[in-house]
Amino acid sequence: MPETSFSEAVDRALALAMTRDPRVVVLGEDVRLQRRGAFVRFGASRVLDAPISESALLGTALGAAMAGLRPVVEIYFVDFIGVALDQLLNHAAKLEAFTGGRWQAPLVVRAACGGGYGDAGQHQQSLWGLLAGVPGLSVVVPSTPADAAGLLLAAIDGPGPVVFLEHKLLSQQWLDYLGGASREGVQFDVPAAGARGEVGEPPVPVPLGVAALRRQGGDLALVSLGVGVHRCLEAAELLEDEGVWAAVLDLRSVAPLDVQAIVELGRRTGRVLVVDEDYTRGGLSGEVAAVLAEHGVRSAYARVTTEETIPYARALEDAVLPNVERIMAAAHALLVNAPGKRG
Amino acid sequence: MTALAHDRETLLAQGAPALLRQMIRVRRFEEKCVELYSATKIRGFLHLCIGEEAVAVGVISSLGPGDAVVSTYREHGHALARGVPMNAVMAEMFGKATGCSRGRGGSMHLFDADLRFYGGNAIVGGGMPPSVGMALADRMNDRDDVTACIFGEGAMAEGEFHESANLAALWHLPVLFVCENNRYAMGTALAREHAETDLTVRAASYGMVAWAVDGMDVLAVREAAERAIALVRGGGGPCFLELRTYRFRAHSMYDPDRYRDKAEIERWRQSDPIPRLTGELLAQGVVSDDEVATWEGEIAQEIEAAIASAEAAPLEPVSDLTRFVTSERQTP
Ligand SMILES: Cc1ncc(C[n+]2csc(CCOP(=O)(O)OP(=O)(O)O)c2C)c(N)n1
Repeated sequence: MPETSFSEAVDRALALAMTRDPRVVVLGEDVRLQRRGAFVRFGASRVLDAPISESALLGTALGAAMAGLRPVVEIYFVDFIGVALDQLLNHAAKLEAFTGGRWQAPLVVRAACGGGYGDAGQHQQSLWGLLAGVPGLSVVVPSTPADAAGLLLAAIDGPGPVVFLEHKLLSQQWLDYLGGASREGVQFDVPAAGARGEVGEPPVPVPLGVAALRRQGGDLALVSLGVGVHRCLEAAELLEDEGVWAAVLDLRSVAPLDVQAIVELGRRTGRVLVVDEDYTRGGLSGEVAAVLAEHGVRSAYARVTTEETIPYARALEDAVLPNVERIMAAAHALLVNAPGKRG
Repeated sequence: MTALAHDRETLLAQGAPALLRQMIRVRRFEEKCVELYSATKIRGFLHLCIGEEAVAVGVISSLGPGDAVVSTYREHGHALARGVPMNAVMAEMFGKATGCSRGRGGSMHLFDADLRFYGGNAIVGGGMPPSVGMALADRMNDRDDVTACIFGEGAMAEGEFHESANLAALWHLPVLFVCENNRYAMGTALAREHAETDLTVRAASYGMVAWAVDGMDVLAVREAAERAIALVRGGGGPCFLELRTYRFRAHSMYDPDRYRDKAEIERWRQSDPIPRLTGELLAQGVVSDDEVATWEGEIAQEIEAAIASAEAAPLEPVSDLTRFVTSERQTP
């Protein structure tokens, strides 16, 4: 299989979807520039450059989806969804339920998310927990190029609405925009795996709500998504050097959540560490704990999350966002506090 | 009420040198930021107002000490012109504890509560509704202060503009809407963004006085701002000023800037507000080459000192991270 970058994989999946299905259209700010390839290939009638009107844009995508198109609406950074939330929360997410399943909104909201490059608190959020909490919304967060392509294809072909989140640290396009390519000495903590990887030709759809076990292990389960998966894999290597066998589960999708995979792995390892770049409270990490409890899984539990408003300064940001160091510290604490079962 | 003193002639004779010096100060500060960004001292996005200094300086110099300023992520010039100390701004860019936001905010989030500078907002249009609220509170407290709400023309596509404009006009609140029309919202030119490109028509449709001014001419900006502020302060309700300007640099540092002609940029550079006013003042004998050179020296020193102080300043300790978020609010 050919190797491609995360951003190329998304572009390829989008091109494939647009080729196969003339109902697929793209709307967003500057998309004629940001999605140059699609714009050149499919033209301005299907790649619609739009003003900074996220609320109208998302609602327009919803209406268009209701009337027969399959829109992919770009919100740039997920932080900006704030101004458009009504259309997602009260309209797109409710349509199918309100109409007793007779009317669907096959639309994809595409946005970049995540931090680690110094853009502070209004540009680096994850927000998948907030969004996934709304019944009727699916939220996916790929960690590899193959999943990015596959989840996007499935999202576009599905009944919608789906929020598709791309972590900026995995996207070369974003890293270049941040000067990564031309500023000597710029170092983002970017995991090498994930930013590039093999993608099928054509890319294979990945069903929503199915987690992927990235690493086998019996002592500890690291449960994560997006960039966090790669940080977990790195931590798992280090743990192996210490004689600890850690599994890594890539959730891929926050809603629907692969409850079965979480429960099975929790049972098997007896120790679950959730690595979630989103905020601590009221989100995914707590949901994983609830799922374990609801299924009577008596596992030890800990989480590495984003506790605070994300600060600008590098040292502070490093302390706030999940990283390998924090994962290791939490893993060690978990092993000490729950020494019972080992391998 | 501020005296409506300044027609162009009086301005030229009296206030203009200070305006010129302030524009040069903002320009040199940002040019230094470019270097510091390349040297990785500054992180994240960096949005520069190079080319747009006449707006920042002309409008903000017209405000009184109690007035409030609400700005955007392109706010270094606004902050400096408002009197946020350069040391505090530079330290913020360096992410240091002595920064005006303790290193939490960076370039896009400069604040100064004492100066009522509700500065950096990285959400397009996000500052507009709070501007209306500040004006409401000022009026309810019988203060005759004005809130200057600064935003780009792209932000007028957001619902928040329309809701805020209507509310401010409906309630007759002292808001000065300051539209920095630099013709591009990232890669989107004005005519690709707005069906009605005459922005004053749209503002006026909410029932407020609105007019457009050459935003490359600081004296024209100052004159218009004084008039508008007097109107707002005098109880005339909100007012809308469109300042027609241009950003010489990319949207942010590494925006590839492939959406406009180099020739267009060159054309606008011909009306660069700094050489334009310098030439005028030299020709009229209001300032001399020596004076300008002295300013340049002083400004360079101020910048170097700000960098040195930022370099030497401590980082906020990681142990303080939970402060000022939710924890402190729970225990007042
Ligand atoms: C709600 C929201 N949508 C999109 C963005 C991304 N964005 C940042 S600046 C910008 C362009 C804004 O243009 P304009 O208002 O004209 O101001 P300028 O940058 O030209 O000063 C966009 C779209 C954002 N920060 N917030």
